[in-house]
Amino acid sequence: MSTAVASSHAIASLEFGEFLNSVPNEPAWLTEKRRAAFESFAATPWPTSRDEEWRRTDIRAFRLNAFDLVHSPAAATLEDLDEIAPARDALASAYGTGIVQIGGQTTQPADLIKLGKATLTDFRTFAESNPEILEKYLFGTVGTSEDALAALHAAMFRGGIVLYVPKGVKVADPLYALSAMTARQRIDTSHTLIVLEDGAEATLVHDLVSTASGESATPGLHLGAVEIVVGKDANLKYVRIQNWDDQTWHFSRERATVDAGGSIQWTIGGLGSRLSKVNQETALAGPKASAQVNGVMFTTGKQHLAYFTRQDHQAENTTSDLLYKGGLTGKSRTVWKGMIRVEPGAQKTDAYQKNDSLILTQSARADSIPGLEIEANDVRCTHGATAGPVDPEMVFYAEARGIPAETAKRLIVEGFFANVYDRISVEPVRESLRLAVAKKLSLG
Amino acid sequence: MSTKTLRIENLHVSVEGKPILRGVNLTINQGETHALMGPNGSGKSTLSYALMGHPNYEITDGTAYLGDVNLLELEADERAKAGLFLAFQYPTSIPGVTMANFLRHAVTNVRMPDRKEGEDLISMRDFRKELKQKMDELGMDGDFARRYLNEGFSGGEKKRAEVLQLAMLQPAFAILDETDSGLDIDAVRVVSEGVNRVAKAQGTGVLVITHYQRILNYIQPQFVHILYGGRIVENGGPELVTTLEREGYDWIRAKYPQEARVEDELEASASAVV
Ligand SMILES: Nc1ncnc2c1ncn2[C@@H]1O[C@H](COP(=O)(O)OP(=O)(O)OP(=O)(O)O)[C@@H](O)[C@H]1O
Ligand SMILES: [Mg+2]
Repeated sequence: MSTAVASSHAIASLEFGEFLNSVPNEPAWLTEKRRAAFESFAATPWPTSRDEEWRRTDIRAFRLNAFDLVHSPAAATLEDLDEIAPARDALASAYGTGIVQIGGQTTQPADLIKLGKATLTDFRTFAESNPEILEKYLFGTVGTSEDALAALHAAMFRGGIVLYVPKGVKVADPLYALSAMTARQRIDTSHTLIVLEDGAEATLVHDLVSTASGESATPGLHLGAVEIVVGKDANLKYVRIQNWDDQTWHFSRERATVDAGGSIQWTIGGLGSRLSKVNQETALAGPKASAQVNGVMFTTGKQHLAYFTRQDHQAENTTSDLLYKGGLTGKSRTVWKGMIRVEPGAQKTDAYQKNDSLILTQSARADSIPGLEIEANDVRCTHGATAGPVDPEMVFYAEARGIPAETAKRLIVEGFFANVYDRISVEPVRESLRLAVAKKLSLG
Repeated sequence: MSTKTLRIENLHVSVEGKPILRGVNLTINQGETHALMGPNGSGKSTLSYALMGHPNYEITDGTAYLGDVNLLELEADERAKAGLFLAFQYPTSIPGVTMANFLRHAVTNVRMPDRKEGEDLISMRDFRKELKQKMDELGMDGDFARRYLNEGFSGGEKKRAEVLQLAMLQPAFAILDETDSGLDIDAVRVVSEGVNRVAKAQGTGVLVITHYQRILNYIQPQFVHILYGGRIVENGGPELVTTLEREGYDWIRAKYPQEARVEDELEASASAVV
């Protein structure tokens, strides 16, 4: 039904053909996946405020045709590399090794020796070295047809990061990945795939950073997806800190499945972007699987950050614990809609979700919508939400000790996030997150 | 350094439109120790909050000067920088902010009042050393420095933590609002010695608000005042404390019928609110 399709929706099939030419040498199965996804994209209407997930998140100002998804981006220039150097150096000095990309294209590979038996590489390299594994997992976890944007990503994603840890391999040191946009590279449609086979262990910090800033920046786009597979008794800690500039649109579908006895600690930071729409979902697929999901948002100006979380309990004795905390200033707005779903067989589920918001200005607004869908009878599911301003008694107490009100508020807001940081036991990882938030706090 | 005077004259304070203090006069010189007593609800904490600059306490008349600084024109943080300290009756907790981090900001601001926001804090090494020493003196476990401010502290631990902050900030004037309540017998001694140490070193003028003689055996006041019906009705020496311990407030009530009426009204309106 072409009438329902907004103008920004239009990518002709001719152009898609051109896109396929720009990603040569991909395996045939991948091309087929892309084609199917493109058909789905073409058949799916563009989201409108009538769609539940877009009711509070208005993307009418988003112009898809402002972004060239069809042609290969220009190679990163020295200027690009210079711009991202500080972000890269900060990570490189704190972590063993990692990968750096600009617009989804690798500019610095990880150190193979330090990786040992694990693989942290880009999409193309992985497709060449481990085609069967890629075929087994790619788009096995994250959907390709939930909406037009999910389909578009599946059809036209370009590049990305793969962390693959084979069975029983434990990566001792935390790894990093840097996905950057710069003043010139304004598109990132990369895909992130993390696979920990049975008994594997790894920690990955993933920074999404833009060096463009201010009103003069042209619009940016991240149209991404994260797929995470945690095998039996495997153990993943993943921290993803979104820190794009405030001209960038951030659309990301993210889903993890955790098999029996496996665990994930998955933390996302929402600091940057003009508008974010993120689905962060965790499926506890095997008995005794567990997930701890954390979110830290700090918004300023006119930012709009929307998060849709799911905790899908599909097996018995599974636990999930979600804590999202947001601080809002200016006219910014956050939306959190959470869902705990317990399937019929998932007895002895223990699930928790909580969203706390600190609203620092009159015109900021936080919407918090918890949800439960429970089809088993022997479960424990709880949720909670709080929202309010900084407690003036705390500010006065600090002032009475000589601390000016503005500094006091900053300390109190930092403190508000501390119980999330406290959950992150790996020191450099905790510091990366804390510093990213603290930096935004001092600017906001 | 010349000694300063904290001079409170004819202070009238209202809370939520309700007059609580009705003309308080009190003068404290540095180096002196004063005790302020008075029945529950007579306005002792109101006086401390008003002097410290809590926004809910409205000054409707009168003056308060620390040296030649007009306290009533200053924000609370500026009053602290001017040398005023209040150990709260009910300290607030601040989740997620460690005592060490909080105190490092406090000490930096008080010791370097002209520092601009964003400039360096005092050196971590010197600060830690000083903090450790002061904590030892107050018999506080080093772990408290890493704990979140007052969060989950017992009543006595909170009071100790207030005195630790006093010791770190070394003010010219300190008001201790029922610092003795909630402290066990040994803790009263330890905490009092802490206060005396600071007072001696800094020549701090101290105002001890209390209901009991016990703390005054350690922090010995030269001057004792009784706040009643929103006014200081009696000024005397340590013998006043003994009289109160023995006789309670009935004689005050009889002696000051007008203030007694105010007390009764306040009590009635307070219970009406509840
Ligand atoms: N925020 C407030 N709102 C309403 N009334 C208040 C408030 N603060 C104080 N008051 C009232 O002011 C009066 C004086 O209270 P204040 O706390 O100063 O007494 P106090 O002498 O310190 O008593 P205590 O010995 O019990 O600590 C009381 O009647 C109290 O109810
Ligand atoms: Mg009181």
